[in-house]
Amino acid sequence: MTSTTETNVPLEGPTPDDGLRAAEQSGPMLAADGTPLKRSLARALRREKLRALMLIAPLLLFVLITFIAPIGDMLLRSVRNDIVADTLPETVEQLGMWDSAQQELPDDATWTALYIDLVLAEEQKLHTRLGSRLNYELTGASSLFRKTGRAVGRFDTDVYTDQFVALDDSWENAATWVNMFDDSDIAEALPLTARTWERWVDYLESEDDIPAEEDVEDFLFTALYADLTREGADVSGLSPRLEQAAAAVSGFETVDLREQFEDADDDWLDPEIMRTIQTYSPRYTSGYFLNAVDAQLTADGVSMRPENQQIYGILFKRTIFMSLTITLSCIILGYPVAWILANLPTRSANLLMILVLLPFWTSLLVRTSAWKVMLQQQGVINDTLVWLGLVADDARLVMINNQFGTIVAMTHILLPFMILPMYSVMQTIPPSYLRAAKSLGATNWTAFWRVYFPQSVPGIGAGSILVFILSIGYYITPEIVGGTTGTFISNRIAYHISSSLNWGLAAALGTILLAVVLILYWAYDKIVGIDNVKLG
Amino acid sequence: MTLRKTILATSALSVIAGAAVAEMANDMTLVSWGGAYQNSQQKAYVEPYLEAHPEVSATWDESSAEAVAKLRAMNEAGNITWDLVDVVAADAIRLCDEGLAMEYDPEELLAEGEDGSSAEDDFGDLIVSDCFIPQIVYSTTFGYRTDMVPEGVDAPSEICDVFDLETYPGKRSLEKRPINNMEWALLCDGVAKEDVYDVLETEEGQEQALAKLDTIKDSVIWWSAGADTPQLLADGEVFMGSTYNGRLFSVIEEQDQPVAMMWDAQVFDLDGWIIPAGLPEDRLARVKDFVKFATDTQRLADQAAYISYGPARKSSAPLVGKHADLGIDMGPHMPTDPENAANTFVYNYGFWADYRDDIDAKFQAWLTK
Repeated sequence: MTSTTETNVPLEGPTPDDGLRAAEQSGPMLAADGTPLKRSLARALRREKLRALMLIAPLLLFVLITFIAPIGDMLLRSVRNDIVADTLPETVEQLGMWDSAQQELPDDATWTALYIDLVLAEEQKLHTRLGSRLNYELTGASSLFRKTGRAVGRFDTDVYTDQFVALDDSWENAATWVNMFDDSDIAEALPLTARTWERWVDYLESEDDIPAEEDVEDFLFTALYADLTREGADVSGLSPRLEQAAAAVSGFETVDLREQFEDADDDWLDPEIMRTIQTYSPRYTSGYFLNAVDAQLTADGVSMRPENQQIYGILFKRTIFMSLTITLSCIILGYPVAWILANLPTRSANLLMILVLLPFWTSLLVRTSAWKVMLQQQGVINDTLVWLGLVADDARLVMINNQFGTIVAMTHILLPFMILPMYSVMQTIPPSYLRAAKSLGATNWTAFWRVYFPQSVPGIGAGSILVFILSIGYYITPEIVGGTTGTFISNRIAYHISSSLNWGLAAALGTILLAVVLILYWAYDKIVGIDNVKLG
Repeated sequence: MTLRKTILATSALSVIAGAAVAEMANDMTLVSWGGAYQNSQQKAYVEPYLEAHPEVSATWDESSAEAVAKLRAMNEAGNITWDLVDVVAADAIRLCDEGLAMEYDPEELLAEGEDGSSAEDDFGDLIVSDCFIPQIVYSTTFGYRTDMVPEGVDAPSEICDVFDLETYPGKRSLEKRPINNMEWALLCDGVAKEDVYDVLETEEGQEQALAKLDTIKDSVIWWSAGADTPQLLADGEVFMGSTYNGRLFSVIEEQDQPVAMMWDAQVFDLDGWIIPAGLPEDRLARVKDFVKFATDTQRLADQAAYISYGPARKSSAPLVGKHADLGIDMGPHMPTDPENAANTFVYNYGFWADYRDDIDAKFQAWLTK
């Protein structure tokens, strides 16, 4: 073999040697093409990373769009509370100035604002929605808003309309209003009317109606009256029609809107409803989170819920306790099975493996219902025990619709998730280690405990994390076999999502559950170390 | 071809008289509860409608139990895939409140009664919400195992027998929610029927109802699916239990189990259609055409041949005949039959819309204790 490299055949193009030589001359180390090595390396690394990113980009985008974004949106609901400020903007502004400790009920301006807001909300069918939202905080709000919504269109505010129209016919004409608010000076002088008009026009346009062709409604005249009688109202020089009205309003017959609300439903006189609207007027609220920890946000601040309504604390504790119990039972039941699987000849191991996987191919509902048949009082196990004479016929064991039933059924359902990672880890432990330990004089127990077990811990870790996280969010099995003592927090989340429609509370509960899982995961990492988890 | 055109044209005209004739979509997604109930709808009006309109196809989605949440999600996503949704009245009210269901005009949308009465009169006060199109009246009532009645004791016949563990020992199954249970508890704790909701409005009244339920709490299995009580009765797990009367009918008549009805203090409730808000014109036109057909006098009466729920139209009642397979008279199995309806409640929609969140929180906390 002739060594061509040693005979200094000049190579074409730059070589590493060039770089070295150049570095000797000028200081910073250069790459083969003459750029500083540091920069060249960084660029290469960046390119490498970019390529990797591009390779995972489709999956990353998919996960972001279909998973992270919806979850983020859902979690945001736990603090968002736009509905009050969006539906009752004028009222919220007025209530901002109301001190419920000083005044028992808000002033007339607030009732006018509420009237205007509610008429507009009723037109858009938003008032009942707001009622359901406030009903979570104050029982009775739902029907209060529904009832008032029906009445609000028939309030006696046509008194204002008639009086303005009596002054000048053109008030009745919507075109007058359209032209009036084209003038920004007028809009400025009549702020409430201008805002109300704008909301009305927006609504009409969203319905494909033309504002100039619609009737001018009573609430617009009510707003106009409120603006003209407001202290410091000045419309001089803006338009003769307005000046004439401004001069006349002091002599107008008035309508007490508070009385109108009282006629619609006398619950409005209870300061609690206005205080609740005030408390829940900000766009972000801690109310849902407080609810989720058995507290409540009232006008008087944060307080615990009455004892007879506290439920979430108990459910969170129970969910964690039962998930831990289920994980533990899975370890105890799964470990020997995984060990046998790992130590059998392949052919019989495969056969057993099918038995482990078989439940996966059966519907979850079928498996859960099967447990019902097994465990109920007239079920297979009780019948057998009675037949054997171990249990009296009138003292059959209660094994379902309680915690016990839930733990049994869920352990069974989640067992494969424990066995599979354990099995794949145990398969990699060479049997020779155990033999070596024994040949060195260890007893069976010592050999297992000191040599085999520590090597199988990563499998237990992986299985435990899987089972625990799956069971903490489990819903269908506790619902079917949980009775009253075996239900999880997820059952309440499901209730709020699908029945009470209190998605904010459901989101808050879900966020807390997520936080609990993350904290436990972090603790696990600190204590056991996440590197110690292997799926195979 | 010409016949089809005529049918199309006339039905379109009758639905949207005066307005421009909209194209009708030919696919409908109907949402219902599955099981025997959906089957009764399929037989009584979906199949006849499809026969008359061969170009139309109907798909079922068995999602009524989660309809409220799903409709809200669809609405937020701006993609309504359902055309007609079967819900209980309380859900219809909620959907209407949330602006998720369409308000309709009974006179325009629904057919006149066969006896000539207007749709509004024919349905009467069963139209409990501006969005709700009633189909049937069902009731939540008790059934009991006849073979578990102790010797020498009369079979249970009154609601308060449910709370009488001494005379009628054994387990009960009750629904895992406060509605109905609270009313029954108060009724059996000495509250007069007409005062029940006045009492239940108060904190003390709620405590009183829960205290009464407390006396049987240890003997109760709580159900959340309508099929639970029939199964528990059939297995002999419970002595008596509440469920929908149609479920009990099928346990008694179709499965021949030793179970009997106890109609006392049954609670009437309604089930019907809602049309989701925001349907495109062509689909809306089709749905309107279908609803007019499916809720007419004959169709609602036909439905009673498949399931023991009372038709929501007054004019349908005289037309109720025999069960389609069993051949028994359906009249006596209707919750509205005078024999059965001696003592009844009507689900108080207004009250529960207000107090549901509050009382449910207390009820669940009580259950957990």
